Amino acid sequence: MSHSAALEFERLCKFFVSDGMRVAALTDVSIAAQAGRITGLIGPDAAGKTTLMRLAAGLLLPDRGEIRVLGIDVVAAPLDVQAAVGYMPQRFGLYEDLSVQENLELYADLHGVVARQRSERYQELMHMTGLGPFTGRLAGRLSGGMKQKLGLACTLVRTPRLLLLDEPTVGVDPVSRRELWGIINRLVEEEGLSVLLSTAYLDEAERCDEVVLMHAGRVLGQGSPRSFSDPMRGRAFHVSSPTLAKRILQNRIAALPEVVDAVVDGEQVRVVTREAKPPELGAVLANDSQVRIQAVAPVFEDAFVAALKTGRSFVEPEFSQPDRSTKSGDVVIEVSGVQRRFGEFYAVKDVSFSVRRGEVFGLLGANGAGKSTTFRMLCGLLPATAGELYVAGRDLRRAPAQARSRLGYMAQRFSLYVNLTVRENLRFFASAYGLDRRRRRERVDWALTTFELEGYGNTRSGELSLGYKQRLAMAAALMHEPEILFLDEPTSGVDPLARREFWRRIVALAEAGVTVLVTTHFMDEANYCDRLAIMSAGALLAEGSPAELKARFRSAAQPSPTMEDAFIQLIERQERGDGLAA
Amino acid sequence: MRQSWQRITALAVKELLAVLKDKRSRIVLVVPPLLQLIVFGYAATFDLNDIPVAIYNQDRSAPSRDLVARIVGSPHFHLSAYIDHDGQIAPLIDTKEVLVVVHLGPRFTADLSAGRPAPVQVIIDGRNSNTALLVQGYLREIVRDINLSWAQRKGQPPPLASLQVRPWFNSNLASRWFIVPGIVGLLTLVVTTIVTALSVAREREAGTFDQLLVTPMRPIEILIGKSFPGVAIGAIEGSFILVMATYWFEVPLRGSVGALYLGLFLFLLSAVGIGLTISSLAVTQQQAMLGAFLFLVPAVILSGFATPIANMPDTVQLLTYVNPLRYFLIILRGVFLEGSSYSDLYEYYWPMALVGLTTLSFAGWLFRHRLS
Repeated sequence: MSHSAALEFERLCKFFVSDGMRVAALTDVSIAAQAGRITGLIGPDAAGKTTLMRLAAGLLLPDRGEIRVLGIDVVAAPLDVQAAVGYMPQRFGLYEDLSVQENLELYADLHGVVARQRSERYQELMHMTGLGPFTGRLAGRLSGGMKQKLGLACTLVRTPRLLLLDEPTVGVDPVSRRELWGIINRLVEEEGLSVLLSTAYLDEAERCDEVVLMHAGRVLGQGSPRSFSDPMRGRAFHVSSPTLAKRILQNRIAALPEVVDAVVDGEQVRVVTREAKPPELGAVLANDSQVRIQAVAPVFEDAFVAALKTGRSFVEPEFSQPDRSTKSGDVVIEVSGVQRRFGEFYAVKDVSFSVRRGEVFGLLGANGAGKSTTFRMLCGLLPATAGELYVAGRDLRRAPAQARSRLGYMAQRFSLYVNLTVRENLRFFASAYGLDRRRRRERVDWALTTFELEGYGNTRSGELSLGYKQRLAMAAALMHEPEILFLDEPTSGVDPLARREFWRRIVALAEAGVTVLVTTHFMDEANYCDRLAIMSAGALLAEGSPAELKARFRSAAQPSPTMEDAFIQLIERQERGDGLAA
Repeated sequence: MRQSWQRITALAVKELLAVLKDKRSRIVLVVPPLLQLIVFGYAATFDLNDIPVAIYNQDRSAPSRDLVARIVGSPHFHLSAYIDHDGQIAPLIDTKEVLVVVHLGPRFTADLSAGRPAPVQVIIDGRNSNTALLVQGYLREIVRDINLSWAQRKGQPPPLASLQVRPWFNSNLASRWFIVPGIVGLLTLVVTTIVTALSVAREREAGTFDQLLVTPMRPIEILIGKSFPGVAIGAIEGSFILVMATYWFEVPLRGSVGALYLGLFLFLLSAVGIGLTISSLAVTQQQAMLGAFLFLVPAVILSGFATPIANMPDTVQLLTYVNPLRYFLIILRGVFLEGSSYSDLYEYYWPMALVGLTTLSFAGWLFRHRLS
C-alpha cells in the first residue's frame, strides 16, 4: 500500500527574536507525514514541536523552506489549509462557562458546519469520546482528561482531513490517555484521517506508525518506532538483586563506564549498555552472586537516551545529613481527614496518609487530582477546610516562622526570580533562610557545583533552559539543608535525561536522611518511591509501596502489572462505584 | 534579631534589583515623572494669557481709543479682530475665534464728557465658566484703573473707598507657585503606588510569592523588605522634583526642609501601604495596575491639588480625610510658601501616619490570608 504525503516540510527554518537575540526554533527540518497514518513528533520541551505544529496550521510563517499540507502550499494559501485541517493546541480554547453541548455548537458555528449534518455528527462525537452523559455539564467542571476529549471533539466537528494534535495527552490520567489513543486510532482506521501528534511521553512513540525524533530544533531521525529500537537489540537488560535495594543497585550500575542508561523499572533496574553485551557488574557488586541479569527487548526510550546522551558525566551529588531532631522511622508528616473546598468544588476530599523520616513518598495522579493543593496545605500556603496536617509535629499554617526553616519547597512552575542571576537567586534564598555570610558563600558554591551550574552563575535565571531552571529551583530549596523536601512535579516538561538526573539527586537526598515528598504524573517514576499514594479527582485511592500496590492487581491475565496498569484498574474500580480500594 | 535584619536586607536588595533590572519598570520610573513635570510645570496654570478679544468700537474718539489701547496692550489679551456691526459678534464667539467682545457704543465719549455713566458692553463666551470669570476680572481691573486716571486728570475726587490688594505668600499670584509644589506630592504618589502595587502581584503571577512564604520570613519582615524600595524610589523621585521646583521653576522654599522630609516620609509610608494593599488583593499585575489607577484618580481629584476641597459637597469632603495626598499638599504648600516648620504641621503628620499604619498592617495580614 502506497501512502501519499499528507504533510511535507522541506528544509524549514524558523527564528524567534527574544531579548534582542535571534534564537533558532527550527533548523533545516525536513519531514514527511504519510496520509492515513499517525506520525508522532517526539522530543523534550523546547525541541520545536509546537512551532512545527503552528507552522503546519498556517499560524506562523517560516523564515526559510517550504510547507505543503495536503498538497497545498501553506505560505501561499493559509486559509485553504486551515479549512482542511483540525488543529488542537496544547491548551485548547474551551469556554469553561459553556456546557459541553454549547461548546460543540459554538465550534460548529465557527467552522460553518451545516445545520442538518450537526445532530448526527454530535452524536458520533459524543459516542466516540464517551461524553454523551455529560452534554449538559459546564466545560470548566470536567476533569483534565474529559476536557481534552471535548477539545478533540470540537476540533472534529467538521471532519478535517488532517489532524494536528499538540501534546494531547500531557498531564492526563492514564485511563483518559488510553481512551484518547483509542479515539485517535479509530479516526485513522475508520475515517482515514491523517494525524500529526506531538508528545513528551516516550512510551507513546510505540503507538505511532512513524516517529520523528526532535531535539533542540533539529530532526534526529525519522522512521517506524521499531527502526529506532531494533538497533538497540542486545543492549537492554533487566538486573535485579534480592539483597540490594533497587535504587542503590541502579546508582551503582549507572556509574559503570559501559552503561548508557540505568533506571528503576518496576522492581528491577533497566540497563542499556554501549555495546551489545551485558554490563560487567563485578566491579560494583563485588561478591553478590545472587544478581540476575536478563536480556530484554529494547524500547523506543532506550534509543532516545542513547541518541541524546552525550559523554558528559554526572556529578554524584553530595548531601550532608540534616540536623536530626527525629529518629529514622519516626512519622514526620501526618495528614488525617483533610479536605479542601473551593466554592462548591472539592479539590481534596478526605485524604489521610503519613510519611516516615528518610522516605521518598510519592503522590501520583493526573493534573487536577489534588496533589498540588495537598502540597500547598502541607506547606501552610493554604488552610484546609477540614482535617489536620502536621509537618515535623506542627501545623505550618499556625506554626511560628522558624518551623518553616526545616522544610524546603519546590513549586510546580519555575518560581524563582527570572530577572536575577543564578547566583543572586541562590544568595537571596540563603539569606531568606537566615544563613550567615560565611555559610551563605559555602552553600552557594556547593549548589553551583552539585547542580552543575558553575558556568551559569551570572546568567539571568529566566534565560536558562527548563532543565537548568528546575535544577536551580531544587538548589534554592536546599540552601538551608532542610529535613523535609517538598517537590511538586519536579520533572514535568523536562526531557528524559534531565528526569534521570533529577531522580538520582532525589535518591541521594533520601540516602542522606532527608524526607522527600514528591508529586508526579509520570507513572514510571512511581517506582523510585519507597511508598506512594495514588490520587484521583481529589480522593486518595490507594497507599503503599510500589510493589504492594502492583501486587494487588496481579492476575492470571496480568502476571506482572506495571504501575500504570495498577492505576488504571484503581480508577476503573472507583468509577464502577466499588468505593475506595481497600 | 540579627537574622531578621539580614532577611529584610536580602529582600529589600532583591526587590530593588527586581525593579531596576526590569526594562519596563525602569522606564516607568523615569519617563512619566519627567513628562508630567514638564506638562504640569509649564502647561498647567490658572492664569489666562493671550485671550483673543474682538473690539467693537462705535465711538472712535480719544477716551475710547485709550480704553481699547489698555485692553489690547495688556499681556492677558490679544487683539483678534476689529468689527463694525452687530452681526459680526455671534459668529466670532460661536466659532471660538474670540473669547470676548468689548463693545463701546456711539455715545461713550459724549456720556463721559457729560458726566453720565458710560456703559461698556462685554460679551463673554460662557462655555467655560472658570475662564469667563477670569476674563471678567481682568476687564474689571482695566476699567477701574482707567476710571481712576480719568478722574485724576479731571481733578475730580477719587472714589470714596477703594481696594488696596496685597497678596501675601505669593505677591504676584503666580499660579506656578501653587501648582509646582503640588507636583512633588502628585508624582511621588503615582510612582510609589505603582512600584509597590506591582511588587506582590508580580510575585503572585510568577509563583515566587509562595516560595517566599515558605521561608521563615515573617509577614512583618516581608512588609518592611517590600516597603523599602517604594520608600527609597519615592524619596529619590520626590527629592528630584523638589530640586527642580526650587532651582528650575524658582518657587521659593521658605520653611524647614526637615519638616518637609518628615512629611514626605510619612506620606511615602501611607502610599506604600496603599500600594501593597492593592498588590496583595490583586492576583495579576494587570489587576494591580487597574487597582492603582482606581485609587490614584480620585486621590488626586479629592486632594485639593487643583480644585479647593472647601468647594466640595460635605460628604465628599469627609472622604478627603483619608486621602494622604490631601495632608501632604498642605505640608508642601505650607513649607514652600508659608515657611512652616514642624510645630505648624503636627496636625497633618499624624493622619498620614495613621493611614500608613492601617494599610501596612492590612497588607501584611493579607500576605498569608489572601486565598489563591
